[in-house]
Amino acid sequence: MQVTRFREGAKGPADRLAGFMAHLRYNGIPAGLSETETALEALAAVDAGQPGEVRSALRAICVGDADQERRFDDLFDAYWLSRGRKRVGSSATSAAHNMQARSGSTSRLVSGVSDETGEADMPDDGDEGATGRSGIGRLVASKVTNIEKTDLRKLMTQEDLKRAERVAQQIARSISDGRSRRRKAAMRGAVFDMRKIMRRSVSRGGEPIELFRRKKPDRPVNVVALLDVSGSMTVYARVFLAFLKGLVSADQTTDAYLFHTQLVRISDALRDTDTLRAVNRLSIMAQGFGGGTKIGANLKLFNAQYAAQSVNRRSVVIIMSDGYDTDPPELLAAELARLRRRGARIVWLNPLKGWAGYGPVARGMAAALPYLDHFAAANTLGDLAALEPWLNRI
Amino acid sequence: MTWQSLQDDLSETGYVASDDLAMALFLAVTLGKPLLLEGPAGVGKTQIAKTLAELQETKLIRLQCYEGLDASHAIYEWNYQRQLLSIRASAEDHKPSEEVEEHIFSEKFLLARPLLEAIRQEKPAVLLIDEVDRADEEFEAYLLEILSDFQITIPEIGTITATSRPYVVLTSNGARDLSDALRRRCLYNHVDYPDRHTEMAIIAKRCPALEDRLAEQIVGFVQALRREDLEKRPGIAETLDWAAALAGLGVNDLADDPEQTQATLVCLLKTERDRAAVPKEVQQRLVGRAA
Repeated sequence: MQVTRFREGAKGPADRLAGFMAHLRYNGIPAGLSETETALEALAAVDAGQPGEVRSALRAICVGDADQERRFDDLFDAYWLSRGRKRVGSSATSAAHNMQARSGSTSRLVSGVSDETGEADMPDDGDEGATGRSGIGRLVASKVTNIEKTDLRKLMTQEDLKRAERVAQQIARSISDGRSRRRKAAMRGAVFDMRKIMRRSVSRGGEPIELFRRKKPDRPVNVVALLDVSGSMTVYARVFLAFLKGLVSADQTTDAYLFHTQLVRISDALRDTDTLRAVNRLSIMAQGFGGGTKIGANLKLFNAQYAAQSVNRRSVVIIMSDGYDTDPPELLAAELARLRRRGARIVWLNPLKGWAGYGPVARGMAAALPYLDHFAAANTLGDLAALEPWLNRI
Repeated sequence: MTWQSLQDDLSETGYVASDDLAMALFLAVTLGKPLLLEGPAGVGKTQIAKTLAELQETKLIRLQCYEGLDASHAIYEWNYQRQLLSIRASAEDHKPSEEVEEHIFSEKFLLARPLLEAIRQEKPAVLLIDEVDRADEEFEAYLLEILSDFQITIPEIGTITATSRPYVVLTSNGARDLSDALRRRCLYNHVDYPDRHTEMAIIAKRCPALEDRLAEQIVGFVQALRREDLEKRPGIAETLDWAAALAGLGVNDLADDPEQTQATLVCLLKTERDRAAVPKEVQQRLVGRAA
């Protein structure tokens, strides 16, 4: 799928490694100068002729979390092994995954001096214009993704979307500060813990040497949002995406996910300060955008993979979906029950609810109702803003 | 040393490491970079630090992180009692106050906590910072100085630089996201549940007395169990516990005595819901599949 060109003047391993780091950066893995330096040192320590070893070493150096680790292999293949052509089968890849596999592919890395084959590397029939970055030495995405990109980019530029974002930010700010009436010992606090100071001073002849403090503990409410982007929701998806962006950018602990037939975590992509890059990342993630829905299965995946970390009894889980599910409603009910057992509050925003004469007749929706703390309409911005008082009460 | 030889050495000491993990550890040792290990509980993240210490024949210094961990527990603390005694004693000698002050804020009165202790070792120690995700974000900031420069700043004394660079291993269960700054200073490896082959090798290393057939059954069962819908999936530590329990009970075949096998599942399943999710019928089915 992906195509690489080396810069014409790229000579020697250092240059190519630097190019690789730029390639990683462009694809959302933050690798910089220090990584390049470490990588060069590392290549001296391993057998740089062995693609498996190089891959493994670079992976340890460049990736920062499990998510990046999963993506690294593809990015590595795209840069070092594709030789500028689209890969047809995956045979080349699987051989290279084997640490012991001997293949000359990375010999370019070591020999490196001047096998300048840069001109052989053409992206497929000039479909590069869309991003305006047909630049040399970058990956050029293929057509399909480009269409998705333009589609999503439109979503992000309108005035309404800005408003949705502002509404979300306001909501997020107003709920993140739950306060407790109790006071707890704390490193830095407003008041002295006189009792503890006196108690401790006894052993030092009554001299209050250590000062202890107390403060009211923060009781942050964290928001976890799940957005349905299946076919039936596409008309609302853009507003909701902007809403999510607002929620996520207001608070570091907010977590956001998209689901259609698969579940994708988009918090990091939404937090990207470079809006254009955020959109690009989103559109890569949203492959399958506008397809069918599997709410039950996705919730199950969410429960199994992410809930343990991001959902606790102070969480509010916001599900934005119209409730049309291709999974059996029992699955949805069971997974909602499981989510509730973590102590989270569940809010379901359904854009259809705002319609006159709406009843939750979709089987999925009917099954979900008993497990919801709040079931609200969400087809206008006003509806979204109306959430605020409810969220403040909890 | 190459990464393969490190892998072999690890294996001789009883730790079966995947290629990627061995490579990451090898780079951490050769380049002197901290190594961050993430992964589910019980896959041997902590153990690798212990094994590394054993291999390098050096001291393992462990810092267990928890919420509210602060500098005085992790880095250093002044020994107040001794300082007070010293002040009292010097008051009787009528020493000038500057001299007293200099005296009581000397290294003699410093209590070294794990981080300070680690960088003051003569021989490079292995510093294990366990479950760093449990500590507060402020604590990460302290760590940054130590992990990049291997030095500690104490306002009263100045900066203490490392006499030897410790091998640093950080582990995390992903209770919260670590900061990018910390991640970037570390090499990274995600340790996952081992595949069948690796797990067999681990059991063979750790419980050599176990018969091959039973070991195969155990591994097959645990591998199948991990695919079940459980709240807490069993790690390698659990597998080893279970293997030891079965060996201790003198079991030769999991299918022999379903009742007993069911009873020993306490080693693997640690929540009530998981126990309920694996009744005897499911257990029998898994045993059947494992055989």
